[in-house]
Amino acid sequence: MSYGVVIIGTGQGGFQLAASLRQEGYQSPITMVGDEDCLPYQRPPLSKAYLKDGRLDAIQLRPASFYERNSIDIVVPERVTVINRASRTVETLTGRTLPYEHLVLATGARSFIPPIPGLEAAKVHSLKTTADANDLRDALTTSRKIIVIGGGFIGLEFAAVAISLGHQVTVVEAASRLMARVVSEPMSETFRVFHEQMGSELVLGASVVEVAVGHDGLARGVRLSDGRSIEGDMILVAAGVRPNTELAAAAGLQVANGIVVNSSLMTADPSISALGDCAAFPCPSSGGMIRLESVQAATDHARTIARRIVGKSVTYDALPWFWSDQGTLKLQIAGLGQAADEDVAVVRPEGRQLVFRFKMGQLLSVETINAAGEHMAARQLLRHPSGVSLDALEARDFDIVGLAKALKEPG
Amino acid sequence: MTKIIFISSDGNETAVEAADGDNVMRAALANDVDGIVAECGGSMMCATCHCYVDEAWTDAVGARADGEEDMLESAACEVRPTSRLSCQIRIRPELDGLIIHLPESQT
Ligand SMILES: Cc1cc2nc3c(=O)[nH]c(=O)nc-3n(C[C@H](O)[C@H](O)[C@H](O)COP(=O)(O)OP(=O)(O)OC[C@H]3O[C@@H](n4cnc5c(N)ncnc54)[C@H](O)[C@@H]3O)c2cc1C
Ligand code: FES
Repeated sequence: MSYGVVIIGTGQGGFQLAASLRQEGYQSPITMVGDEDCLPYQRPPLSKAYLKDGRLDAIQLRPASFYERNSIDIVVPERVTVINRASRTVETLTGRTLPYEHLVLATGARSFIPPIPGLEAAKVHSLKTTADANDLRDALTTSRKIIVIGGGFIGLEFAAVAISLGHQVTVVEAASRLMARVVSEPMSETFRVFHEQMGSELVLGASVVEVAVGHDGLARGVRLSDGRSIEGDMILVAAGVRPNTELAAAAGLQVANGIVVNSSLMTADPSISALGDCAAFPCPSSGGMIRLESVQAATDHARTIARRIVGKSVTYDALPWFWSDQGTLKLQIAGLGQAADEDVAVVRPEGRQLVFRFKMGQLLSVETINAAGEHMAARQLLRHPSGVSLDALEARDFDIVGLAKALKEPG
Repeated sequence: MTKIIFISSDGNETAVEAADGDNVMRAALANDVDGIVAECGGSMMCATCHCYVDEAWTDAVGARADGEEDMLESAACEVRPTSRLSCQIRIRPELDGLIIHLPESQT
């Protein structure tokens, strides 16, 4: 009998892998081990709807009956502490030993808490789990003056919710613009104007160098690198994440900004794969090693691994896409634009905004606001084998929907 | 509570009771009905919650949401006039008895 697949992590990717394995007809045991005390759930609503309504049933990926019906064994809360590659077993905190034929690391990432004096002592918040979101919701029941450290997706989504609930919010971002790591300058600027109009105070280009802590252990404010001080009675640290790679590293697997895998998401040990937030994989378009934190990557990785385990030949070539809901703005991103050397911003009627990102005249990525049609056209075009040039888009006045239609029609 | 009937592509029928204000995608997942994937959790990003509204119910259900049309284009199965993203159909008392047909696949 096969020992089947053991999945470490019961997040979005771990769940998708188990579901896809059964869908592909995999018959051996599937065991998921996770250190959160609940069934797999989606994280995106934690900084959106769940932050307000706290409905766990609305974010759970599937009910308990799904796992029973599909013979997927969920072991929670339980933490895997050791991987023994020689004996193909994993050990857990409570002393269990689980044998595997295939092991999949779906351990995700954890919130990064920067080494700022006072931060350790103060009761600050971060946002990764339902427990974090519940703490935040409780804290928001009284009127707050909130300081958000980090102007990325999660910090800004939270800021938009907190402002709409009537709290005061200051977002401190060390870079000179919002979401600098992942979006174009024109997009950053649109969101800067939007958040300021909603009432958030934004401090850009300054970092928090110290947190002032009161006798009650609560934060009272922060001091910035430019000498200024900001008062506040609640701090959310949203300064990025760190991949959970320690288990893999201890087992002798290569780690470089993530657990290193090949284009079929396999580590150097053919019986061990990694996926989602914790995996560094070859970018299908540039070939460079990348790590993504998105639902798309976690689920597409999972499907690829499931197909490989049932014996199909696979190469991971999915197009990255991402979204972020901030107030009334729905940002959608198709492709990866980090390497862009030219951005073209286009404004369309009804508040639709697009930024086309190019490298040497070839389209890399399209960022859109409140423009689902253009986003979908971009996803289709970016998958086109010969790519899309700046010239082709210019010739059509950046009517990407029209171009996608034209390329779809044969001839 | 409002009754929703899901019919799978091979004719299997499942009736569920759903809370008003929720959406049809949620009702399917919460009741462990196969055939809806809903990868983006209702953010209208994935089109893996595609469904066909029974002809008798299309008027009551109403028109597609803003942007839904565009998302449907990337659905895995054939898009018909009755196609909807189930995450965009809000459940309300008038939809009691609603019949939803599920496509063969979502990805
Ligand atoms: C607040 C928030 C908002 C987000 N919004 C969006 C969005 O709008 N769009 C989008 O595309 N993405 C969004 N994301 C990102 C998305 O949720 C993640 O990319 C996705 O969850 C990654 O899935 P994963 O399976 O790799 O990791 P996770 O879902 O993080 O799951 C990993 C699990 O493994 C567990 N684990 C780790 N180590 C061990 C161990 N040793 N033993 C047992 N269990 C272990 C962890 O506790 C965790 O439960 C958001 C994330 C957050 C936190
Ligand atoms: S759940 Fe993704 S579009 Fe409906």
